[in-house]
Amino acid sequence: MALLEIEGLHVEVGGKPILKGIDLTIEPGEVHAIMGPNGSGKSTLSYVLAGRDGYEVTGGSIRFDGRDLLEMAADERAVAGIFLAFQYPVELPGVTGMTFLKEAVNARRKAEGEGDIDAMAFLKMVRAKARTLSITDEMLKRAVNVGFSGGEKKRNEILHMAVLEPKLCVLDETDSGLDIDALKIVSDGVNALRDPGRSMLVITHYQRLLDHIEPDKVHVLAGGRIRRTGGKELALELERNGYADFVEAA
Amino acid sequence: MSTHTDTLPLIGDRDPSALADRSPPWLATLRRSAIARYRQLGLPGPRTEAWKFTGLNALKGLQPVAASGSVALALPSAMAGLGRTEVRIVNGRLVEAPSAPPKGVEIVGLEDPASVPDWVNATLGTVASIETQAFAALNTAQFDGGVAIRIARGAMPEVPILLAIAGCGGDGATTIAHPRVLVVVEEGASADLVTVHQGTGSYLANPVTEIVVRAGARLGHAVLQAEGGDALHIAMTAVRLADKAVYDGFVLSLGARLARHEVRAELAGRNIEYRINGVYLGAGDQHHDLTTFIDHALPYGTSHEMVKGVLTGRARGVFQGKILVRPDAQKTDGFQMNRALLLSRDAEVDSKPELEIYADDVKCSHGATVGELDDDQLFYLMARGIRRARARALLVEAYVQEAIALIGRVPVRDAFAAVAAEWLDRHVAGEPATGEEA
Repeated sequence: MALLEIEGLHVEVGGKPILKGIDLTIEPGEVHAIMGPNGSGKSTLSYVLAGRDGYEVTGGSIRFDGRDLLEMAADERAVAGIFLAFQYPVELPGVTGMTFLKEAVNARRKAEGEGDIDAMAFLKMVRAKARTLSITDEMLKRAVNVGFSGGEKKRNEILHMAVLEPKLCVLDETDSGLDIDALKIVSDGVNALRDPGRSMLVITHYQRLLDHIEPDKVHVLAGGRIRRTGGKELALELERNGYADFVEAA
Repeated sequence: MSTHTDTLPLIGDRDPSALADRSPPWLATLRRSAIARYRQLGLPGPRTEAWKFTGLNALKGLQPVAASGSVALALPSAMAGLGRTEVRIVNGRLVEAPSAPPKGVEIVGLEDPASVPDWVNATLGTVASIETQAFAALNTAQFDGGVAIRIARGAMPEVPILLAIAGCGGDGATTIAHPRVLVVVEEGASADLVTVHQGTGSYLANPVTEIVVRAGARLGHAVLQAEGGDALHIAMTAVRLADKAVYDGFVLSLGARLARHEVRAELAGRNIEYRINGVYLGAGDQHHDLTTFIDHALPYGTSHEMVKGVLTGRARGVFQGKILVRPDAQKTDGFQMNRALLLSRDAEVDSKPELEIYADDVKCSHGATVGELDDDQLFYLMARGIRRARARALLVEAYVQEAIALIGRVPVRDAFAAVAAEWLDRHVAGEPATGEEA
C-alpha cells in the first residue's frame, strides 16, 4: 500500500485556485522531490498536507497510511506520522526547545495510549540527536527559534524530525538560506533518517539540495499542476535549462 | 464642624471625626485634613480622567459596614514556603506578627498610634498623597490598625517578609476595611517583601501601602492580588526613593471582581533604579485596572515597566502608565510596555501609556500591543502533534511567564510563576476558544 496517495487535488487560497489537479503517490521508503518556480504552489502543497487553516480543498483526495488525511486536524496528522519541516520556522518566545519537544513526544505517546516519556531518557535521547546536528545544550535551553540564525533554525527542524521519527517528512525549502556548510549538516541529518519505512517529500527551488539528498523521483510543479515526472536526472536538466519551458506551458 | 457621615460615600458606620478625636495629635491632624479632602474630592466619577476606564457603579449607594469578622485564610500553597516572617492583617487590623523578627527588622502594629516610635509618625502619611487621591484620603481618615515595618540601616534579612492582608464580608452586608502599611528601608539595607491580598465574602478593601527606600537601599516588593471573587479592591502603593535606591516591584492581579491598583513612585534622588512590572489575569466579568505613575525628579534614574495581561470571558483590563520626567531629571532612562492578550471576543482592554518629558537629554520609550494568540505559533505547535487546547495553554503560559521572569528574587519568582500557572490551568487550558471557526 502506498504511504501517500494524492488524487486530483484542487486547492484554493482566499478564493484563488492554487493547486489545479495534483496526482502524486509515494511508496514507503521513497524520496520524492518537488521542484518548481516561485508561485507554483509548492508551499501550498506542504501546508495542505500538514493541515494548516486557510487552504480550502475544493476537489480531490489525500490518503495517508490508509486514512483520509483531509478529515484530520493538524495535530492528528502529526501524531499519525506527517512531519513538516517549515520553510520559515516559527519563533516561540518563552517556550524552551526541550519543553517543546517533550510536549510533542508526549502528545504522540498519549495518542498511542502510552504514559509520558521518562525525563532522563528523553534528555539523553534529545542530546544525542542534537549533537549529530551540531546543536548545543545551550540552544536546547533557549526559547524555540528565538534569536537563532537561519541555519540554526533549519537544523532545529531536522532535530524535531529526528526526535519525532515520522513516517512522511515534508521538507519545505529546507535549503533556503543555508550556506554550504549548513546545507551539508542538514542533508546529513536528513539522510541519516532515510529508512525503508520512511518516505520523504523534498520541496525545493534549486537542484543543489538534491546533490546531497538523492531522490527516487523528481516532479516539476508549475501553475498548480505536476508538469513532468522523472528520475534524479530531471533535476540536473532543470538546473541547466531553468523553469522557462514549464512556466510558459502553465 | 459637622461630620455628616451619612452623606459621605463609603464612610461606613464608623464616625471619622470620632476616630480623629481619639487619635494622637500627629494623626488627628492628618485624619482631619483627610476627611476634609475626601469630602471635597468625593468619589471619582466618569469625568475624572484618571478613572475614566474604571467605573465605580458597583460602589454607588453602597453603605458598607466596618469589617469586624475574623478569618484565617490559607495562603496559596506556592507561597507557603516562601517566608518564615509572616505578618497578617485581617480587616485592616494586625492579627499576627513574629514575636522575634529577623535581625534588623522592626515590626510595629498601628492599633495604638499614640505609642508608635518616632520613625512611624514622622513618615506615615508623607508618601501617599491625599491631595488628589480620594481613596487614599478615605484610608487615611479611617484606617484602624495596620502595620509599620522598618529594615534597619545596612540590614539584609535573608528571608522575604510575607505580609498577608485579608478581608472578610459580613452576614449579608458588604464590609469595608482600610489596611494601612508603612515600610521604611533604611540606608544601605536590602529586603524582600511579598504582599498577598485575599479574602472571602463581599467586601471592599482599600489598602494603602507607603514605602520609603532610603539612599543605597533596595526593596524587592511582589504583590499578589488574589482577593475573593466578590471583592472590590482599590489599592494604592506609594513609593519614595532616595539616591541610588532600588525598588524591584511586581504586581500579579487575578482576584476580585473589580480591582484597581495604583502604584505611584517618586524618584527623589539620583541614580535610582525603579522597576514596576506586572501581570493581570482576568476571567468572567472581572475588571483589572493597573495605573502607575513614575515621577523622575532627579538625574540618572532608570525606570522599567513591563505589564502583560491575559483576558478571557468578558473580562476587562485597564492599563494606565504615566512617566513624568522633570526638568532636572537629565539622563533618565525610562522603558514602559503594556501588552495584552485577548482570548475571547468579549474581552476588552484599554491601554493608555503616557510620557511627559521636560528634560532634553533623556531616553524614554513606551508602547502598547493588544492581540490574540498568534496563528502561526499555534499551527507550528499543532504541526508537531500538540493538541490545540494544549498549544494555546503553552503559548499563554509562555507569554505570562516572560513577565514573571522579571521578578528579581528567585524563590519569589518561582512562587508567583506557580500561582499564575495554576490560574492558567483553571481558566485557559482546555477551554475552547471563541471564534476559532474563522
